[in-house]
Amino acid sequence: MAKLHVTTTINGEPTEFLCEPNQSVLDVLRNTLGLTGTKEGCGTGDCGACSITLDDRLICSCLVLAPEIEGRQITTIEGMAQGDHLHPLQQKFLEMAALQCGICTPGFLIAAKSLLERNPDPSEAEVRYWLAGNLCRCTGYDKIVRAVLETAAEMRGASR
Amino acid sequence: MNAIDNKWIGQRTIRPDGADKVTGRAGYAADNSMPGMIWAKVLRSPHAHANIRSINTAKAEALHGVKAVVTAKDIVDFPLDKSVMLGIQDMRWMCRNIMAREKALFHGHPVAAVAAINEEIAAEACKLIEVDYEVLPHVIEIEDAIRADAPILHDFLRHEGKPSNIAGTMVNKLGDVDVGFAEADVIIERSFKTRPVHQGYIEPQACTVSCTADGHVTIWSSSQGQFMVRAMTSLLTGIAQSNIRAIPAEIGGGFGAKTIIYLEPVAVLLSQKSGRPVKMVMSRDEVFRATGPTSGSMMTVKIGARNDGTIVAAQGTFYLQAGGLPGSPLRGPVGCAFAPYDIANVLSVGFDVVSNRSKVAAYRAPGAPLGAYATECVIDELAEALKIDPLELRLKNIATKGTKAAYGAVFGSITFQETVEAIKNHPHYKAPLEHAPREGVLRGRGVASGFWYNAGGESSAQVNITEDGNVTVTTGHPDIGGSRASIANVTAELLGIEHNRVSVQIGDTASIGFSNLTGGSRATFASAMVVTQSAEKVIGQLKERAAKIWKIDPEAVTWANGEARPAGPNAGQFPPLTLKELAAKANEMGGPVGAGVQLTTTGADPGFATHVVDVEVDVELGIVRVLRYTAAQDVGRALHPSYVEGQIQGGVVQGIGWALSEEYLFDKQGRLDNASFLDYRMPVCSDVPMIEPVMLEIPNPKHPQGVRGVGEAPIVPPLAAISNAVYNALGKRFYSLPMSPPKVLEVLEG
Repeated sequence: MAKLHVTTTINGEPTEFLCEPNQSVLDVLRNTLGLTGTKEGCGTGDCGACSITLDDRLICSCLVLAPEIEGRQITTIEGMAQGDHLHPLQQKFLEMAALQCGICTPGFLIAAKSLLERNPDPSEAEVRYWLAGNLCRCTGYDKIVRAVLETAAEMRGASR
Repeated sequence: MNAIDNKWIGQRTIRPDGADKVTGRAGYAADNSMPGMIWAKVLRSPHAHANIRSINTAKAEALHGVKAVVTAKDIVDFPLDKSVMLGIQDMRWMCRNIMAREKALFHGHPVAAVAAINEEIAAEACKLIEVDYEVLPHVIEIEDAIRADAPILHDFLRHEGKPSNIAGTMVNKLGDVDVGFAEADVIIERSFKTRPVHQGYIEPQACTVSCTADGHVTIWSSSQGQFMVRAMTSLLTGIAQSNIRAIPAEIGGGFGAKTIIYLEPVAVLLSQKSGRPVKMVMSRDEVFRATGPTSGSMMTVKIGARNDGTIVAAQGTFYLQAGGLPGSPLRGPVGCAFAPYDIANVLSVGFDVVSNRSKVAAYRAPGAPLGAYATECVIDELAEALKIDPLELRLKNIATKGTKAAYGAVFGSITFQETVEAIKNHPHYKAPLEHAPREGVLRGRGVASGFWYNAGGESSAQVNITEDGNVTVTTGHPDIGGSRASIANVTAELLGIEHNRVSVQIGDTASIGFSNLTGGSRATFASAMVVTQSAEKVIGQLKERAAKIWKIDPEAVTWANGEARPAGPNAGQFPPLTLKELAAKANEMGGPVGAGVQLTTTGADPGFATHVVDVEVDVELGIVRVLRYTAAQDVGRALHPSYVEGQIQGGVVQGIGWALSEEYLFDKQGRLDNASFLDYRMPVCSDVPMIEPVMLEIPNPKHPQGVRGVGEAPIVPPLAAISNAVYNALGKRFYSLPMSPPKVLEVLEG
């Protein structure tokens, strides 16, 4: 079967690639485009390590077929910092040690950013339920939740 | 040791590998690729137990795009009659674990592997391999495996002179339990069961391997020990260690499971045969089916006490499920179950039971949570029977300096008592349990303690001064949870320089001396010891250089705040020489400045933890929720408090999963029925509350920085603490885990 040609936008940059019809976005990101910051923990949409946004919607990139992103906008962890300026969530995760092994971190950061764009003042419960699709086995979630709440507070302060 | 004087030790600095990890640049095992690389897939047994009569790979090899096929005959055989040990791993079992030899021992056991130009062709080729199986009756559960008429997995295993699935035993004995129980006023004896649980790291095993025509092998993989990867690959392929370079990728969680390997030797053989670099990545399904979960267990614990609360005897029988090949962590329950207490008469016996599931691998304080679950639940019942507060009962029998444990140790300066008192005096324990908010919901509180041995062992470090007067540190331990941050703090402290002038790297097997596994709560303990000694040597060199420049005795030079100063009779005679100035003169004054230390570290005294938990049980739905959790532990000196807290919080939440929701379920054919994160239920963010760590910083006198291992003790108490809390809520005891909704409802319905 001939490969499909897809034109899309990834982290603000026009991107083209060829893929099989049954390839996932995750597979194309990692193995075709070299964007390995997005991680595969399960391939079945249960762990959230492959979280990206598709037209501002938070998705598991392992569950979306690559041809479906034709003409759409993708953001991955590689697009979160502006040059060498980290996103406030990235900075806060470092300051508050909200990662141990770090394999789930890109997914948590993308998911948390998506939350704060919708809800700049989430409660602890809202953070916990929003992030319930992202598995972390190292931290017990404590420092992740605190980092997200703290970032939200700082970003609200900054935008006032 | 005065923490107030420290500038960097004890500070919550930003980890050296942090920016890479929050931007997606950190390279984990599956992130590597090479020019000309091909992909390999594993064919796995569809049967839980079968003899392998023959394997025909001809059709697979003929498929266009297939570059190499490997079966057990390509892997070095370790005959069954002679044990060859690598650390605690017996290579007889490891060679059969990575590729089935005479028999397939579990559903998912590797039978062959294929490398091809892409993953699809490799998978297609696996289907073309013809395996002639003689399917045998299988056995999974311990109680079935130890029956006299059970299907026997290995003819060579004998117990009490007969073929048996009991592969080994361990006995710890102190005093005479018969005498002890005769003195008891109250005796409680209970039996417990736990299910196998998986370590649940989010990064599946993966590797990339390149074998060149001149026989050199390079391995990129994530593990808890690049030297283990090298040694095990060497043993299983017959390639000399000097020809294997194992490069540690960033590791996406291990929790003990990545102290053994599954893929690397297979990938090496495929790369040798094909002449191409080979990449292998496990699927989550493969991780669940074929990598080691813990042992399931079947345990009986009997404890006797006098009316005043003095425990006079304790007896434990621990059956642990090893999986298809021997190797349950018997010393976990056998040695740890009673270690927190000063008991004159102890008999603790463990049995290693093989059965047709994947081979057990280490999981955080291997086996200790099982024994503690049984013991700490019995102690709770004992406290109730004696009408003594459960923490007071523990204090009454507490192990202290000089206590002899049944596993053989006479304790040095241990600090168990401090953890119990910390919980007793904590606002959490002092506050009354809050009333349930509505009908149909009951609340309860439980406590439990736990013990883990901790470990020292081999470690190497190199500290070098760069030409521009900054510092690089290389250690040999994969950084699994922030150990580089701790090492940066120690180095900056000793050299008296800013934290950001220190770079910390994990060396590959060719660039740093032998270092044992990141495991046993040893990485920060051992590496901080060799880094301290290396940095002290470097400081000695720097003082010598300054003395040479000033033409004074090196003894008359001090090092403080990153500079050499003349001292004694020469004090104030010369302006100080900074690290940068000394580095600039290094070449003319005697050459590069740097030092390494290679050492078998000792002095890793055991760790103790005491936990209190409040739970809420929904009696209609059977759901147990953890409302509040406080965990006290002696952590020695916390070089980087955030990552010490993180170890405690992470260990507790893994314990919550073990207690409430995680379990391996098998179907009638012996196939794992829940091999996905959807069906194998690990705690998610909304399942748990904040976990409050109480770090008792009591410096370990046997470590130059006061470090005590911290990573494993936190997973030991939660199983019993939560079980005791559920009893407190419901007035009904549970004797098996997990306390999942169906089981809670079953117990409630009586």
